[in-house]
Amino acid sequence: MSKAVRLKKGLDIKLIGEADQVKVDLETPTMVAIKPSDFHGLVPKVIIKEGEKVKRGEVVFYDKYNKDVKFVSPVTGVLSEVVRGEKRRILEVRIKVSEVDEVVQVDPVDPSSISREEVMKTMLANGLWPYLKQRPLDKIANPAVTPKAIFISSFDSSPLAPDYDFIIHGQDQYFQHGLNALAKLTDGKVNLTLNAKGAPDEAFVNAKNVQINRISGKHPAGNVGTQIHHFDPIDKGEFVFTVNPQDVVTIGKFFAEGKFDSSKYVALTGSEANNRKYYKTIMGAQLTPLVEGNLVQDNVRVISGNALTGEAVGSDGFLGFYDAQVTVLPEGDDYKFFLTKGWLGPGFDKFSSHRLFPTWLTPNKKYRLDTNLNGEERGFVVTGEMEKVLPFDILPMQLIKAIIVNDIDAMEELGIYEVAPEDFALCEYVCTSKIEIQEKIREGLDVIEEECM
Amino acid sequence: MKALKKVIQNLDPKFEKGGKWEKMYPLYESLSTFLFTPKHVTKKGAHIRDGVDLKRTMFMVVLAMIPALLFGIYNTGHWHYELQSYLNPEQFGAYSDYMTGFGDKLLYGVLQVLPILIVSYGVGLAIEFIFGFMRGHGLHEGFLVSGMLIPLIMPADVPLWMVGVATAFAVVIGKEVFGGTGMNIVNVALTARAFLFFAYPTAMSGDKVWKSGTSDIIAQNGGTLPDGASGATALGDVASFVGDAPVVAGEALSATSTSAELLQKFEGAYDPLHAIIGMVPGSVGETSVIAIMLGAALLLYTGVASWRIILSFFAGGFVFGLLMNLIGANAYMDMPAYYHLIIGGFAFGAVFMATDPVTAAQTQYGKLWYGFLGGGLAVLIRVLNPAYPEGVMLAILFMNIMAPLIDHYVVQANISRRKKRFKTA
Repeated sequence: MSKAVRLKKGLDIKLIGEADQVKVDLETPTMVAIKPSDFHGLVPKVIIKEGEKVKRGEVVFYDKYNKDVKFVSPVTGVLSEVVRGEKRRILEVRIKVSEVDEVVQVDPVDPSSISREEVMKTMLANGLWPYLKQRPLDKIANPAVTPKAIFISSFDSSPLAPDYDFIIHGQDQYFQHGLNALAKLTDGKVNLTLNAKGAPDEAFVNAKNVQINRISGKHPAGNVGTQIHHFDPIDKGEFVFTVNPQDVVTIGKFFAEGKFDSSKYVALTGSEANNRKYYKTIMGAQLTPLVEGNLVQDNVRVISGNALTGEAVGSDGFLGFYDAQVTVLPEGDDYKFFLTKGWLGPGFDKFSSHRLFPTWLTPNKKYRLDTNLNGEERGFVVTGEMEKVLPFDILPMQLIKAIIVNDIDAMEELGIYEVAPEDFALCEYVCTSKIEIQEKIREGLDVIEEECM
Repeated sequence: MKALKKVIQNLDPKFEKGGKWEKMYPLYESLSTFLFTPKHVTKKGAHIRDGVDLKRTMFMVVLAMIPALLFGIYNTGHWHYELQSYLNPEQFGAYSDYMTGFGDKLLYGVLQVLPILIVSYGVGLAIEFIFGFMRGHGLHEGFLVSGMLIPLIMPADVPLWMVGVATAFAVVIGKEVFGGTGMNIVNVALTARAFLFFAYPTAMSGDKVWKSGTSDIIAQNGGTLPDGASGATALGDVASFVGDAPVVAGEALSATSTSAELLQKFEGAYDPLHAIIGMVPGSVGETSVIAIMLGAALLLYTGVASWRIILSFFAGGFVFGLLMNLIGANAYMDMPAYYHLIIGGFAFGAVFMATDPVTAAQTQYGKLWYGFLGGGLAVLIRVLNPAYPEGVMLAILFMNIMAPLIDHYVVQANISRRKKRFKTA
């Protein structure tokens, strides 16, 4: 039953700064935020006024175009500010944390014993639904569709990624509970993909009610997109939901205990961070308590998420909804003389997939990479480089060009329904011409959503 | 270094939008980004990026051409003095030996080739800058390679104004009208050569252009080459086998000679080893297979050039050479297939021209077909149309045009393969 795939393509970017496998409780942050920008295309309708009190698990806003999808407060507190950007778009809904924690309590229920509608209702009303993302489009799952499968990746292969085996360890019951709830949502199977290399945690190995697949290879082997492509590809008109394993635990916990547990483990990583550990904090937490005093130097970029797909939030920013990792990288805003550190230098400090750099001489070396673009944007010149890091039967260059010229038929034929920006993060990394490829993929998905969905 | 960095740091704002010298930005950017990788940081998407950029990639290609350039310079000098040795046997008699008179030959070669290089880069970069100013961006690196390629595929005697005109034509019509580096349809350097080949055929073909100074010697010698001297190349001679007046190295042979007789003469006159080393007349950089292979090794090792294209180009040439052998209708068709790979510009075209990623096929399978058909077509043109003794240039230009078609079929195959997954499932 279980399927296995070995990938030949891909690239592991080896960075300095993995988190030690130590779990630490972090003090409760004073401020948390829910960021609508974490959910692509979401227009929030805030129902709590500024200054009003909100309980943990109480609805703060809902999706204007999909009123059933509710977003709840991860803490008990007072709505302190709705931060707006251009065109009054809501960027952050900030909640000041109160000392006394009150929580919305509902009756615990075994998801296996209730119907699909009831599971959906519970998840939608209690802010659990946004944990589900859908392919195509890579956005919050549409509750109106029935997915043909649900995919969970038990591991993350991106640079300095958190180790879910370590995070999930000991939560077997809640994880299984979450899986049982998810199993109700699909006509097909819940697919749990394990890393074929190494020993996955028992919570994963012993999971029931799921189809277990195994995959091995370099990044992006851990991306759900890669796994869907190889185990159950998406055709036009089909939908697959995806969930992060830690969030499956949160979902399972809710069904088991009847209350929203917003705590989560976050790995502090990156060459510019000290005390790199797994910290237990709260979703949407302000990062100040996490990074304060833990920075090696001042000129850094604090990223919620990983170095390839995360968002630069700053040291007083907030943890992203789907993120279980904070990466601190050195900013690269300095000139580099061409013969020493620049374009013609020996390049021992640069990690490259191209043989133009001596990276391949030291396959196990870890690098301290900064955020410099390492060049200037150019037209596409070099060919064949993206194909080496994209383990999809998809022609990356042709797909991207179809998106650039807005050719919808070609996008559909070339596989836009199967991809998400994160799957192309490595293509963006290796691109000699420094083209913003993830953004292009997102533009393509937006066009598809508007014209074809 | 630090002082220089400070200078750049202080100058940067003056050239940015709203700065004092805003209009000179493209020129400034080109110079400053050459010296220092700019302080641009990633704004969207991946926060870290590969160390590679187009500058490093293109520089590697230029570096790969240096052996061919150096050899070409010396070779140009040698064939000049080789002709002189017929005219002034007392003074230059010994110079017919390849290594005698090293300094003289080198000096002559430098004086002959360097101006072509300067004109090619000068004209090309000037035009690139003009377009850069029009579009508000600095120099894009593509021409660094084209500017080097152009001199290497010219006969050393080509008038400098022709180089200038051809370069201007190639850069404007071949590239900039399409939008600049990365957007062109056909190879820029080959466009320059094709332009001269059709506009000024006497300067680009025949048997009076391949040894530098041939026309002077003919003038000094009263209208003909000195006895025993020849200006022909292997390609020119072998092409003459198809017509009524076969010639080998200046010696007219009987039109009734059999193929075997002709080829025996030919192989006597053109030692394959000489062709491989490059001790034969021809365009500046194309003669030495060894020098070209040094460049190829660098390009393949660094992964800048596609091994698929180079390998399949040679394979295509060889297979079509064998096909010609099978037909065997004339002496040219009977020429051993491997000769095709080492004479003329075949190796140079395979390594430096066909591999241009912008104009080649872009899909992995497409590259194999592109190379194979390109190599095959080069041989086909050589053998079947003696009016164009050098088929490589035309074959690659033709394949440049065909590359999107090849890619189209590869893409269609991908599409139908991807569709099939759902039908069987």
